[in-house]
Amino acid sequence: MLNCHDATRLMSEAQDRPLKLSERISLKMHVMMCSGCNNFKSQMGTLRMMTRSYSKNKNDSESPK
Amino acid sequence: MSISQSEEGGSQKLFSEDAFLEDIRRQMLRFAMLQLNDNHQAEDAVQEALIGAMKNATSFGGRAALKTWIFAILKNKIADILRQKQRMVNVSSLLREEGEDEDFSELFDRKGFWQTDERPVAWGNPEAALRERQFWLVFEACLEGLPPKQARVFMMREFIELSADEICATVELSTSNLHVLLHRARLRLRECIENRWYLEGEQNAELS
Repeated sequence: MLNCHDATRLMSEAQDRPLKLSERISLKMHVMMCSGCNNFKSQMGTLRMMTRSYSKNKNDSESPK
Repeated sequence: MSISQSEEGGSQKLFSEDAFLEDIRRQMLRFAMLQLNDNHQAEDAVQEALIGAMKNATSFGGRAALKTWIFAILKNKIADILRQKQRMVNVSSLLREEGEDEDFSELFDRKGFWQTDERPVAWGNPEAALRERQFWLVFEACLEGLPPKQARVFMMREFIELSADEICATVELSTSNLHVLLHRARLRLRECIENRWYLEGEQNAELS
């Protein structure tokens, strides 16, 4: 059974490599029961989206409304 | 502060604004230094990106579009330089060791479960934050709060968008070391953004 620390590690690695089936299954089991990790999971994608639009949005928002 | 937006010449005008140019140069240099860790190469990359941008400046209407584009050029330049570094000797200077044994016990308890007050909360609609100027100041502060090595590989991965393999080859890291660094960077960055934006969003909005 995964703890949260291990679960966050897998969720981070999922951004950089395909997870193995066994990893995906145990992660899914954990995330189903853990609201914190469930939030963490969607935030990994959000973090990526934020970083990719980093210079762009920072400047868009400086433009006059 | 309105910017005239005539299609032709608008961004030529921007380039002649010292403040705008100085501001963007400073940001570019900081970013290039973080990635290249070499003053000379960073200066060169920024210079080349700016010159490249100026050559084609006429087709850009406004500040935002122009700056996005300049950064895109800089990203490519840095990616090229990093890939070249793979084949050069002085790579070892790229990543100096820093406190490796980080303590995440403030985040997790002894069994590795979230401490009650550290458990991630839902962020609501993240796209809304991206439209706020203040959010990007928080984001930038959080990035700068990362240990340099973590910041560097995180930005290589997520901003310059190199693959994990490319990063490992460039900075001579094992895959597992890279995963550890990225995991730590994401844990910290996520926590920082949550604490400083999502939990204190209202206060922040008044600060600007």
